Amino acid sequence: MTLFVEQCLNGLQFGLLLFLLAAGLTLVFGIMDLVNLAHGSLYMLGAYFAATFAAWTGSFVLGAVLALGATLVVGMAVEVVAMRRLYGRDHLDHVLGTFGLILFFDEAVRLIWGPGGLSLPLPSWLSQPVHILPGIEYSAYRLAIMAVTLTVAGFLYVLVMRTRVGMLIRAGASNREMVAALGVNIKLLYTLVFGLGAALAGLAGLMQAPILTVQIGMGENILILAFVITVIGGIGSIRGAFVAALLVGFIDTLGRAFFPQLLHAFLGGPAASTAAPALSSMLIYILMAVVLVAKPEGLFPAGAK
Amino acid sequence: MRKTLLAAGAALLLAAAPAAAQQKSIKIGFVSTFSGPVAAIGNDMRNAFELALDHMDRKMGGLPVEVIYEDDGFKPEIGKQKTEKLIESDKVDFVSGFIWSNVVYASYKPIIESKTFLIIANAGETRLAGENCSPFIFSTAWTNDQNPHAVADYMNHKGVKSVYLIGPNYAAGKENLAGFKDAFKGKVLGEDYTTWPSQLDFSAELAKAKAANPEAVYMFYPGAAGVQFLNQYAQAGLKGSIPLYTTFSIDSLSLPRQKDAAVGVISALQWSADLPNDANKKFVVDFKKKYGTEPSFYAAQSYDAANLIASAVAATKGNLSDKAAVQKALEKADFKSVRGGFKFGPNHYPTQNYYMQEVVKEGDTYTQKTMATAEENQPNPHASKCSMK
Repeated sequence: MTLFVEQCLNGLQFGLLLFLLAAGLTLVFGIMDLVNLAHGSLYMLGAYFAATFAAWTGSFVLGAVLALGATLVVGMAVEVVAMRRLYGRDHLDHVLGTFGLILFFDEAVRLIWGPGGLSLPLPSWLSQPVHILPGIEYSAYRLAIMAVTLTVAGFLYVLVMRTRVGMLIRAGASNREMVAALGVNIKLLYTLVFGLGAALAGLAGLMQAPILTVQIGMGENILILAFVITVIGGIGSIRGAFVAALLVGFIDTLGRAFFPQLLHAFLGGPAASTAAPALSSMLIYILMAVVLVAKPEGLFPAGAK
Repeated sequence: MRKTLLAAGAALLLAAAPAAAQQKSIKIGFVSTFSGPVAAIGNDMRNAFELALDHMDRKMGGLPVEVIYEDDGFKPEIGKQKTEKLIESDKVDFVSGFIWSNVVYASYKPIIESKTFLIIANAGETRLAGENCSPFIFSTAWTNDQNPHAVADYMNHKGVKSVYLIGPNYAAGKENLAGFKDAFKGKVLGEDYTTWPSQLDFSAELAKAKAANPEAVYMFYPGAAGVQFLNQYAQAGLKGSIPLYTTFSIDSLSLPRQKDAAVGVISALQWSADLPNDANKKFVVDFKKKYGTEPSFYAAQSYDAANLIASAVAATKGNLSDKAAVQKALEKADFKSVRGGFKFGPNHYPTQNYYMQEVVKEGDTYTQKTMATAEENQPNPHASKCSMK
């Protein structure tokens, strides 16, 4: 039982983190109709900035805040310099262009920080486990990630559903031409949205950094999951991304946690231990396939209510 | 006029003739990972190989040496392509390097089919030491199951009764954990294999290990994954309550990033920077002088690989066309290894000591200190399966 609770917390934490990454991706994809493969690079930059600023200032929190600002600025700069050339072109051009950006950022990071990678040590109040229920200890840092992500999710909800900018974002997701025709400065809106997406990716990266490591190419594996979430949740829908991210987080973690034992009951030992990790990593793709068949638009298609 | 032309022509021919008959230079292909998250390992291997060449004035048996470094991109299919290129278009005399078991296993066939010598400097794929061994394959490292075997021996000796195992789900991971289980006399309470190399978050596996409440945890995560594992082990509250044992997960490349998370973790290796022999002292000092960093075990094995090749070239006086003579010379292993004595078993894998190392913090630096010898003159366990054809 203790184990189950802990695994659920792990799933929740992983799902919430994926949400941050997927939210930025789905915003950019849904509103700007831009396939951004370089989203993972911004995730990586967030982590590198945080490690650097935290080392300079000696404070983890200050480093994180500065890194967030830096990724926002880099994101907006990338939009102005590179992304603007890609609007209105074929999706294949987006893939090609943003793939180029991945190579650019990977090499830039190698030049600036070297190939070895960095580490982002946690302050002691975050690196210890805490008692959350009698008998259940859980990593304080993972709890902090959940708190921050839920706050950001709330902030995004208010921003998108309750503010004028949010209204424009939603309108842009439904019909861009009409928004532009109504005299909205769509260029500025796009720069803002892209910067926001970048900051969300950067936040995910810098929060993941103490758990994983800060290294070149760190964003590429996790980006695949973010795309899966975008597809499951419905492109352009923040709410869809939230639900899908939690689903993927739970399925991935609980699959890894309990699937091997389940399989051991049916198969012999060696066969099960080889097949279990392979099969449990397939579970989320099976979910995606099912969603694509049942609801090709995703669980919460943007534009619909 | 015509005479001078003829004379010049004759002179040219004369100059060219000996070169055609004899080998002009030694060509070595070196396949490793020089890009992506684990590029640091490949760079360390290249640095050590270059240092070895510096130490021999970049000459083997009096002939200049040319090394062609190729990046496998951490992928078996790319490693295979690069190897084929080295064999077919560069026509190298030796191929060395290889970090990853799956890469070397995908790449070894074209090497031995062309009767080129393969000197593996790390990857410990067991089949290349056993049923797929070849007169053309040599290793200056180990097979994946040997170091974990030494760790398990040490834990038996310490009286550890139960263990939980975690490792990556690929050839080396499975062989590593199998080697451990083979030697461990206590109870294995559970084992988890994670998707490699994409899975980086081990929270689910660590929670299971914690719930199983073993006396120790054994894990194997090379490269950056080792940093992540140790961070998460500490964050989950396991560090300090359950002792952690490992192989190949802590080295001079990852230790500067693992820091406190690695202190107290125990592992086994055939080499360590503090081994007191002269070749090792020179290697460690010069490596630090040239590159400003501590050499890793990957570097030590690559340094040995370069010296092994040089010993064979010198013994055959650069006549590499006599394959049987080169093989004989390699088998003699007539060079000063940084691990101390070096001799090959019948399957061309070294018979060697395994030392236990513990991570300690001295002042502000973290190092791996040799604390015990776990196994002495341990032969490779796959020799009996090798028919050497």
